Amino acid sequence: MKHYDDKTVHELDLMAVKIRKHVIEMLYRAKSGHPGGSLSAVDALVALYFHHMNHNPKKPCDPNRDRFILSKGHAVPALYGVLAESGYFPVKELKRLREINCMLQGHPVCTYVPGIEASTGSLGHGLSFANGVALAGWLDKKDYNVYVMLGDGETDEGQVWEAAAVASHYKLKHLTAFIDRNYLQIDGNTEDVLRLESVRKRWGSFGWYVIEIDGHDMKQILDALDEANNHKNQPTVIVLNTVKGKGVSFMENNVDFHGVPPNEMEYNIAMKELNFLQEKLEANN
Amino acid sequence: MVNPRNAYGETLLKMGKKHPNLVVLDADLSKSTKTIIFAKKYPERFFEMGIAEANMMSTAAGLASCGKIPFVSTFAVFATGRVYDQIRMDIAYSEANVKIFATHGGISVGKDGASHQMIEDLALMRVLPNMTVLAPSDATQTGKIVELMAESKGPMYARVGRANAPIIYKEKELKDLKIGKGITVEDGSDVSIIACGTMVEPALDARKRLKKSGISARIIDMHTIKPLDVDLVKKCAKETNAIITAEEHSIIGGLGSAVAEIIADNNIPIKFKRMGVPDKFAESGEPKDLLEKYKLNEKHIVNVSIKLVK
Repeated sequence: MKHYDDKTVHELDLMAVKIRKHVIEMLYRAKSGHPGGSLSAVDALVALYFHHMNHNPKKPCDPNRDRFILSKGHAVPALYGVLAESGYFPVKELKRLREINCMLQGHPVCTYVPGIEASTGSLGHGLSFANGVALAGWLDKKDYNVYVMLGDGETDEGQVWEAAAVASHYKLKHLTAFIDRNYLQIDGNTEDVLRLESVRKRWGSFGWYVIEIDGHDMKQILDALDEANNHKNQPTVIVLNTVKGKGVSFMENNVDFHGVPPNEMEYNIAMKELNFLQEKLEANN
Repeated sequence: MVNPRNAYGETLLKMGKKHPNLVVLDADLSKSTKTIIFAKKYPERFFEMGIAEANMMSTAAGLASCGKIPFVSTFAVFATGRVYDQIRMDIAYSEANVKIFATHGGISVGKDGASHQMIEDLALMRVLPNMTVLAPSDATQTGKIVELMAESKGPMYARVGRANAPIIYKEKELKDLKIGKGITVEDGSDVSIIACGTMVEPALDARKRLKKSGISARIIDMHTIKPLDVDLVKKCAKETNAIITAEEHSIIGGLGSAVAEIIADNNIPIKFKRMGVPDKFAESGEPKDLLEKYKLNEKHIVNVSIKLVK
């Protein structure tokens, strides 16, 4: 049985556009940050926070909450947008990303922002941290789910595979990892920098249940999340086939926008495109 | 002679009974670090993480984020240098309630050689914001320190050596032990020897020999390197004519550097000498031969004291 209807999907798609606009706005104001990997991650984050996860912005420390850990910390503008729209902190705070004396640091810090579970930014740590959260849940006989998102390039890090082995060894069935498979990292295509394929086979051989989907198709994301929760013998990895810079034409599949914010002209075009997308979605309602 | 590592294992057991949230992680060295004592009694709260220390540190931080009190153990080389980034991000920066307890610190590890003789750990941990750095001197103090670690919040690092060590303290003598407050083990007026960890015992032995030479030495057990007991250092500077620091650690960045910083920052005019491993990697050998070659024993403390006081 589906846990969602077309209306839900439509609302989530609209929220994803809203978050993308936040990302562009934030990075343009901050004059720094990482648009490409933030935009590719948006849809999965929206699915988690606005539909799938059990969480309450008024009780960010509820011991029974589902947890999300952003291992690819540079994509935090997308997460800040999602947390603000969920009600963890005022949306107006987003305007201050990366400013001095502001809680919204360039990379997430768990002691600064309600809703941020782990301090990340140095790649490769998040899955290990998520293992710890899942092990604690097992010890406490709690049923919460633990989600973690890794960049595809991030899986170059050896620690990721230490963690993958441990999650499988301890049969962490409440753990679901996303791989944001956008095929780009700073120095170029992931297959040229340090070959990752076959991503499916790698994770499968480490003892994970592998699901591969279009990471921008909301229905596929929601279905995959349900499938992950229903699969109860091993940890699940959802490979999200995504487009780096998704939603802004000139940023899509353009490695130059990994860590470079839009200038004024680019900002105006990006907002125009996203507004157009928003209007089109609204008209389809 | 009792091994501080055993005291660690036994105290984990005791604290594990008292605190159901206490968990232990090890990286395939539980027989050496003595976490095996805990593992046998509480297998469900012991996580064998394999030979993968980086993952172990970050996992401990995840457990701490859910209210667990993780004790993480391995050799000092693997507990600090190998996993520096994980400690920095997930434990220190995140203010995670993770307790790193390292064994096999210093050159007295012996025959395994410099690969296994950690002499930089105190420096590496001391420079991290939010990190408490501890080096207990005997089995009794190790037990007490482990109790305090379990019952105090925040990131902490403690190291002991590999070898058996003489008992310095009776349990009741340490009932008021506080992290951050050094112990004046023996009083004296000519020179203060501020030592930590494995160097406290030779300092005490040196004191007896110095007495015969007419030199009165005060012995300070500075079990907490950070936060350093600044008042005690100042008191020693005021009440004795010279200060010597002694540690089984690099001459750079550890206890000696911490004390030197206090002396320099406060413009304290005093005779001062640091004793530690010179700025080089040591080598394989019998622990006692290594401590003699690198001038970290009773005899050398006596020599340095006489030279400094005269």
